Amino acid sequence: MFDLLGITPQALYSQLLVGLINGSFYAVLSLGLAVIFGMLNIINFSHGAQYMMGAFLAWIGLTQVGGWIGDPEFQLSYWAALLVVPLLMGGFGMVIERCMLSRLYKLDHLYGLLLTFGLALIFEGLFRYFYGVSGQRYEIPEVFAGAIDLGFMALPKYRAWVIVASLTVCFATWYLIERTRLGAYLRAGTENPRLVQAFGVNVPLMITLTYGYGVALAAFAGVLAAPIFTVSPLMGADLIIVVFAVVVIGGMGSILGSIVTGLALGLIEGLTKVFYSEASAVVIFVIMVIVLLVRPAGLFGREK
Amino acid sequence: MNKTTLGFCTLAAAGLAAPLLGIYPTILMKCWCLALFACAFNLLLGYTGLLSFGHAAFFGAAAYFAGHAIKVWGWPPEAGIIAATLFAGALGWVFGSLAIRRAGIYFAMITLALAQMTYFVWLQMKFTGGEDGLQGVPRARLFGAFFGGIDLADNMNLYYVVFAIFLAAFCLIYRTIHSPFGQVLKSIRENEPRAISLGYDVEKYKLLAFVLSAALAGLAGATKTVVFQLASLTDAHWHTSGEVVLMTLLGGLGTVFGPVVGAFVVVGLQNELADKVGPWAQVIMGIIFVVCVLAFRRGIVGELIALARRTGIRRA
Repeated sequence: MFDLLGITPQALYSQLLVGLINGSFYAVLSLGLAVIFGMLNIINFSHGAQYMMGAFLAWIGLTQVGGWIGDPEFQLSYWAALLVVPLLMGGFGMVIERCMLSRLYKLDHLYGLLLTFGLALIFEGLFRYFYGVSGQRYEIPEVFAGAIDLGFMALPKYRAWVIVASLTVCFATWYLIERTRLGAYLRAGTENPRLVQAFGVNVPLMITLTYGYGVALAAFAGVLAAPIFTVSPLMGADLIIVVFAVVVIGGMGSILGSIVTGLALGLIEGLTKVFYSEASAVVIFVIMVIVLLVRPAGLFGREK
Repeated sequence: MNKTTLGFCTLAAAGLAAPLLGIYPTILMKCWCLALFACAFNLLLGYTGLLSFGHAAFFGAAAYFAGHAIKVWGWPPEAGIIAATLFAGALGWVFGSLAIRRAGIYFAMITLALAQMTYFVWLQMKFTGGEDGLQGVPRARLFGAFFGGIDLADNMNLYYVVFAIFLAAFCLIYRTIHSPFGQVLKSIRENEPRAISLGYDVEKYKLLAFVLSAALAGLAGATKTVVFQLASLTDAHWHTSGEVVLMTLLGGLGTVFGPVVGAFVVVGLQNELADKVGPWAQVIMGIIFVVCVLAFRRGIVGELIALARRTGIRRA
């Protein structure tokens, strides 16, 4: 079959792997957008910039911080970055929510989109000013050097880790929201914030935490991405537009829906690269058009 | 003389006199093109309440269309500009009929994604010249068939042609806003379910507004190609979509003259900043965006109108 299509199995498997990796990032990022949208009713346009900042903070921690604090031996290791960077960015996100976003809830939701767009421009511009657009390399941590031989293909260890880690985070989020008490408050708050507040739940705090969590998810994806893609100020901008299309396709109604849609679209993109590579940049947008024609609310969405 | 007539006269006088005051005509022409772009965008966001985050698609598509028609097919400029405007309108019809299936935030995301799709198409097509852009579009004679026409190679001639195009489109937008059609658009912006219950086919009105806005954005893009003799990927990039939102927001959302003021301020700023601060320009644009949204939502013209109203009440 492979001979007929003029494609080697190796090429197919390696593109499927690339697709699965991209799909994992789409899943984590669209999940973050969906969580934020559920609670705040805004689309976080700076999600891509926050993903970029996550990658950059990991790189800065590994290569720059030592010099800044006068101890060149000091490095923020990959594992530490995976924990510290999302926490830092989550805190930063909560500050943004408290100081800026919270002033906009009474207005049209579009203002939230415009504000976060402005923030994205600022973040991107700042990192461009300090680090240029050429991109920085982040070494793969030693544990994940090399590849596992699966018989039909070599699977680089780090890539396997990325898929495992992002899926774990996705399902942990799903569990947190769908199966715990806190998640029940959150879902209730999404449905009817005033009623939940009347029951004595601190809804504004919940909103702040939700935004912080969404931003932390983006930063986590950024740290995961740092060793695979070059760390550059522009890495988030184009990605986030694709993730928007993913969100339109999946609809933001369900957590599992975001995860499944993200992974599936990554795979489809990978397959398109094998069979008709010219179309791989637009295939997700084309699928979006088809979904809009057939099922405007999105595959997992509900009409409101 | 009421305020609107006064505004129109000021605008016309400023436009006619500006190049005589020693301001570099190319910058002014850029301002008028982007002002037209912002006015077209304002028709959609300010008067219909639809936030399109992909208006650069129409600007860029018309820029490429006009450039290719004039340079390769050898069309006269007027034919190139008109055809490009129609092309942008047709593209607007396709995008519009897809995007109005969803409202609000989804509408913004869909238009952005569709615009990004066309961006990739331009990036891969041969005739657009990829990263280099479509260069060296000739400035032929406008209306060459009638009495020799107007020589566009002369900057002053071109300036007044561009200004005339702007003024014509601006009057068209003004008429649209103040027509019964425009009133229906405003009612959709204010309360869509009510407009539906009054029997208006809201989808049709939204689509018409979208097509008109896209066509006028295309007119701006095509004119820009003639001025700069260049159509490039920048025209179709989402940064351009963001810029037009900023111009409209800064000048005053839903005001007639706001987008014009916003376009002049943004182009002026970019022109000043580009030499002095380089990469900081983007940061400053972002800060203006944030400040506008947080503290300055009425924009420059909106604030002036509010100020005039307050003082008017005090006097009375």
